[in-house]
Amino acid sequence: MIGFLARTLDNRLRASKFLRSAINHVFPDHWSFMLGEIALYCFVILVATGIFLAMFYDGSSAKVIYHGSYGPLRGVEMDKALESVIHICFDVPAGLLIRQIHHWAANVFIGAILVHQARIFFTAAFRKPRELNWVVGMTLLILAIVNGYLGYSICGDLLSGAGMRIGYSIMLSIPVIGPWITFLFMGGTVPVDATLPRMYALHIFLVPALITLLIVIHLGIVWRQMHTNYPGPHRTNKTIVGSRLWPSYTLKSLGLFLLIFAVLAALGGLVQIDPVWVYGPYNPVAILPGAQPDWYLGWIEGAMRLFPGVHIASSGKLWFPEVFFPAVLFPMGLFILLYLYPFLDELFTFDAREHHVLRLPWEQPFNTAFGCGLIALLVVLEFAGGDDVVALAGNYSVVEIRDILRILVFVVPVITWAVAYVLCRRARRRHLERQKIEIVESIAGPGCSARPADSSAEVMEPQA
Amino acid sequence: MKERDQGDRVSEPCGTEAPATSADVFREGKRSRLPGSLLAVGVLLWEWAAKTERSQPHRSPSPESANPLPGGEECGETANRGALPSRVLEVEPVSHEQIGTFLVVCAFLVALGGGIGFLITYWTGGSNLLLGAMLALFSAGMGMALILWSHLLTLNKQVVEPREQMQPPPQERESVVEDFQAGAGQIHRRGILKWMIAGGVGTIAAVVMSMFRSLGQSPDSTIYSRVWKRGQRLMTSEGKPVSIHMLVPGSTVIVFPEGSIGSEKAQTVLLRVDEGLLQLPSDRTDWAPNGNLAFSRVCTHAGCAVGMYETTTHQLMCPCHQSTFDVLRGAEPSGGPAARALPQLPLYADSDGVLRAGGGFSDIPGPGYWGMP
Repeated sequence: MIGFLARTLDNRLRASKFLRSAINHVFPDHWSFMLGEIALYCFVILVATGIFLAMFYDGSSAKVIYHGSYGPLRGVEMDKALESVIHICFDVPAGLLIRQIHHWAANVFIGAILVHQARIFFTAAFRKPRELNWVVGMTLLILAIVNGYLGYSICGDLLSGAGMRIGYSIMLSIPVIGPWITFLFMGGTVPVDATLPRMYALHIFLVPALITLLIVIHLGIVWRQMHTNYPGPHRTNKTIVGSRLWPSYTLKSLGLFLLIFAVLAALGGLVQIDPVWVYGPYNPVAILPGAQPDWYLGWIEGAMRLFPGVHIASSGKLWFPEVFFPAVLFPMGLFILLYLYPFLDELFTFDAREHHVLRLPWEQPFNTAFGCGLIALLVVLEFAGGDDVVALAGNYSVVEIRDILRILVFVVPVITWAVAYVLCRRARRRHLERQKIEIVESIAGPGCSARPADSSAEVMEPQA
Repeated sequence: MKERDQGDRVSEPCGTEAPATSADVFREGKRSRLPGSLLAVGVLLWEWAAKTERSQPHRSPSPESANPLPGGEECGETANRGALPSRVLEVEPVSHEQIGTFLVVCAFLVALGGGIGFLITYWTGGSNLLLGAMLALFSAGMGMALILWSHLLTLNKQVVEPREQMQPPPQERESVVEDFQAGAGQIHRRGILKWMIAGGVGTIAAVVMSMFRSLGQSPDSTIYSRVWKRGQRLMTSEGKPVSIHMLVPGSTVIVFPEGSIGSEKAQTVLLRVDEGLLQLPSDRTDWAPNGNLAFSRVCTHAGCAVGMYETTTHQLMCPCHQSTFDVLRGAEPSGGPAARALPQLPLYADSDGVLRAGGGFSDIPGPGYWGMP
C-alpha cells in the first residue's frame, strides 16, 4: 500500500532522490535538541485547538445579557465575546478542555521557546553560520509573546480588559507615532467596539501566518545547515554524528509529540487556567486587585512597577511619558541587544569561522555570565510584576517590597554575573589542567594512545 | 586539544586501523547513552534490559530479531548509500525482544484504555476533568509506546557523516553573480522604463497605504478632550445627582457627567476631606466646595482605574502599578511610577446644593503620549 502510493507519487514527481537524502538525514541525539521540537509541537496543538475555538468564538463587543447555563452570571450584561467564551466553557461538549489546552499550550509554547533559546545561547550555537536562525528565532519569540497577549486579551473579561487598557497605554507612549499606531491597531480609545475584531483578526490570521512562515524558514535553515554537535568523539566541524531520520528519529519525535499532547491534555483537563467566568465581564470602572498578566509579560509589568515616576516634558508639552522607558525602551533595547548578540560575539572573539561544534557553558565565561545575569534580571522583574501578590501573601507593605526590589534589580544580576563568571573561569582552568595531565600521561604511558589527532578536529581555545 | 584527547579515549582497537570488513563499526562500549527523552518512564527498565543484554555477550540473536550487528550488512549499506560516505559509530542493540514487546504492548493498552475511557466519558456527557485525564492517558500511552518501540525494538545506529561547509568556494558564488549580471544585461533598460517602474511601485504603495484610512479615525478627535463641560451635574452610577453634603469626610463615590454614565474616560472620583487639611495650589482654592474634591479616575500612568483610597493618609492608589496620589495637594503623584497628577475637576454647588462641574478637567485625563499638552 505505502509502496504503491510512493511509486505513484514518485512517477510524477521524481521525489525518490530527495526522499532518500531526507530519510537518511542525521539528527544528533541529545535531550536539549528536543526543546525546539516541543515548541513546534505546541504550535501545532495551538493551531488545532484554535480552529475549534474559532468556530464558537464571537469577537464582538456588542452588549448582551447572559442566559447560558452558568448560574452566577445569568442576567449580567457582558460583551458578546465573553458570552461566547463562557458558552465554550460550559455548553460546548469538551469545550472547556479544548480552551484550557489552548491556553496551556500557549504558555508551554513560549516557555519552550525561551528554554530552547537559552540552550542555544549557553552553548553558543548562534555562531556562524547560524546567526541567521538566531534572528529568525528571536522574531518567533516576539511573535509568540504578542499572540499570547492578543489571545488572552480578546476574551472580554475583567482581567483581559485591564490588560488591554495597559497595552493601550504602552502603545500610546511610543514617541511621535504612538497615538496613530494605537488607533490603527485598537480602533480608538480603548474600550471601543473596533478593538476586539481587530485583535481577533491579528490573533488568528496575521500573527499565526507569520509564525508559520518563520517556522518553515527556521526548519529549512536547520535542515540545510544540519544540527550542531556537542563536543565529543568524532564530532568535528566537518562531521555530524547522530541517528538517521528514519526510523529511530521519526518514532522518537512522534512519541514526543504525543507526550507533549498528553501533558497539555492533563493540564487542560485538571488544572484551571484563566477562569473568565470568575473574573466577570469587563467594566472600565471596576478593577481587579492583584491583577497579573500572563507570566511571559510579567517582566515588563515588573519594570513598569519599579521604574520611578519620571517623564520628559518641556514647554508645557509631554514628550516621553513615564511608561515609555520601562515598557517600550527597555524591552526594545533588550531585544535589539539579543538580536545583535551573535554578531557582537563574532566581533569580540575575532572569530568569523564556521562552527558546528558547540561551546560548553564553562568554555565561554563571559557569555554564560551575561546569560545568567540576564535571567536573574528577568526573574527579579517577574517578582516585581507580582509584588502586590507577594505583599498580600506575606503581609508586607507593597511600598517596602518595591523599595527593596528597586535595589535588588541592580544588585542580583551583577552578583549572578560575577558568580557565574568566576565559576566558569575556575571550571575552565581545571579542565585545561586535567587535559594537560592526560596528554602527558598518554605520551609517557605505554600503548596505543599516540594516534595522531584528527586534523579537522576543532581546537578548543580560551575565549578572548 | 580536547578533541584529540577525547578521540583517544574512544575504545577503538589499539593503534591500528580496524580490519576492512568491519572498518566502519566502532562500539563505544562504556558510554551508556541515556535515551533522548528523560520523560520516558521506561528508561530504567530499558537500562536494565540493556545491561542484561550486555552481560550476555554470547547470546545468539534470535532469528526473527530485527538483526544484530555489523559486519557484512553494514558494509553493504555503506556501499549502497554511495553518495553518503558515512560510518556507523555505534549500534544500540535491540534488547530483549520479549521485554521490549511486552512494554510496548502495555503502553498501547494504556492508550487503548484512555481512548475508550474518553469515548465513554464524552458520549455520556462526562466532565472536562475526566475528558482531559482520559485524553492525557491515551496520548501518553501512545507516546510511550512509540518511544519504547524506538528505544527497545529498533536498531539505533549512531552514524558519522561528513558535513557540507556553508561557505561556498568563491568560484561557485562568482558564477551565480556572472549569470545574474548576464541576465540583467539582457533586459532593455531605457530611462523612461525605469521611471515607469518607479511610478507603478509608488502608486501601488500609495494605494495600499491609503487603505489604512478605512481602519478608523485619526487620534485627534477623542484623545484631546477634557470630557466635562461647565454646569454638568455630577451623577452616581445609579444616575442620582450628588449634593454637597452627601459624603462624609473620608468617603468617596464614583461619579460621571450627566448623560454619559459608565463612560471610561469620564469616570471621576469624588471625595470629601476636612477643608482645613487642603493644600491645593492657589488657583484651585475654590474648586473644592465644603471639602468636596473630584479627580479623574483614569490613572495617568497606564490607564487603569484608580480604585483605592486610603483614608488616613489621603492617598488615592492605582492597584495596577501601585502609583499613589496625594489628594490634599491636588492628587500630585506621591509614590510609585506615575509622574503626572490626576487631572482635577473644578466643582461648585448650585443654589440647591447640588454639585456641578465648573469646567473640564484641569488636564487631559488618561495616560500620556507624545506632544500631550
